[in-house]
Amino acid sequence: MTTLSRRAVLAVPLAAAAVPGSAAEDFAAATSAILAGRIPAEEGITLEIPPLSENGNSVDLSVRVNSPMTAENHITAIHILAEKNPIPLVATFSLTPRAGRAEVATRIRLATSQTIVAIAETSQGAVHRAAREVIVVLGACVETG
Amino acid sequence: MQPVPITARITLPPSAQRGEVVTVRVLVRHPMERAVDAPGLTPVPRKILHTLRVTYSGEEVFRMALSPGIAANPYLEFTTIATDTGDLVFTWEEDGGTIYRREARLVVT
Repeated sequence: MTTLSRRAVLAVPLAAAAVPGSAAEDFAAATSAILAGRIPAEEGITLEIPPLSENGNSVDLSVRVNSPMTAENHITAIHILAEKNPIPLVATFSLTPRAGRAEVATRIRLATSQTIVAIAETSQGAVHRAAREVIVVLGACVETG
Repeated sequence: MQPVPITARITLPPSAQRGEVVTVRVLVRHPMERAVDAPGLTPVPRKILHTLRVTYSGEEVFRMALSPGIAANPYLEFTTIATDTGDLVFTWEEDGGTIYRREARLVVT
């Protein structure tokens, strides 16, 4: 019977984290691509998602942004990002003033417990951001590796 | 490519007043196959609906970019201002180029 040394066991998560193109790097890249150097306001946007999900295959999510939705000042896009999903940019909604309200809802897959981020862009170039921590009991990904 | 019908449930209010903000709910039947590559599984190529466009009386009012992170049988809720009685046309684009299309009539009084 082989026994793993304590050092070898400890090195496993480090090795996994150091893989290039990992979820964390993709998430940072996706976020900075949306922000394009702008500093998001952590207000005016509400992200609703259950704090605990039994099953990551289908998680209800809704985003509401405070906006007059006029031709001069409206929300043009709402992005949903999941920090630890294999593809962090989950969805992008493109809105026009004809939406009347900046409100969307959908159902997403979550690989594991993580932070969900919603970023909204306005027609005036401002960005709003909201983040929520979620716990996922059974993730949507098959983890057999 | 010719649009193909798809099983979808589109929920609109039975009628709306001009200028009213109506909520549109769409549930479409699709597996959103996301190419899971794990030992012991037969690899299936990615096949998802990647784009949804919604036009209202011919003008685009909403668009969504979907990823494999969207649950199977994608559900969506959004709002639009009722302007005139007209058709909301939903077109989904699938990996491989297939285009699916559904229509729903919004009655404005």
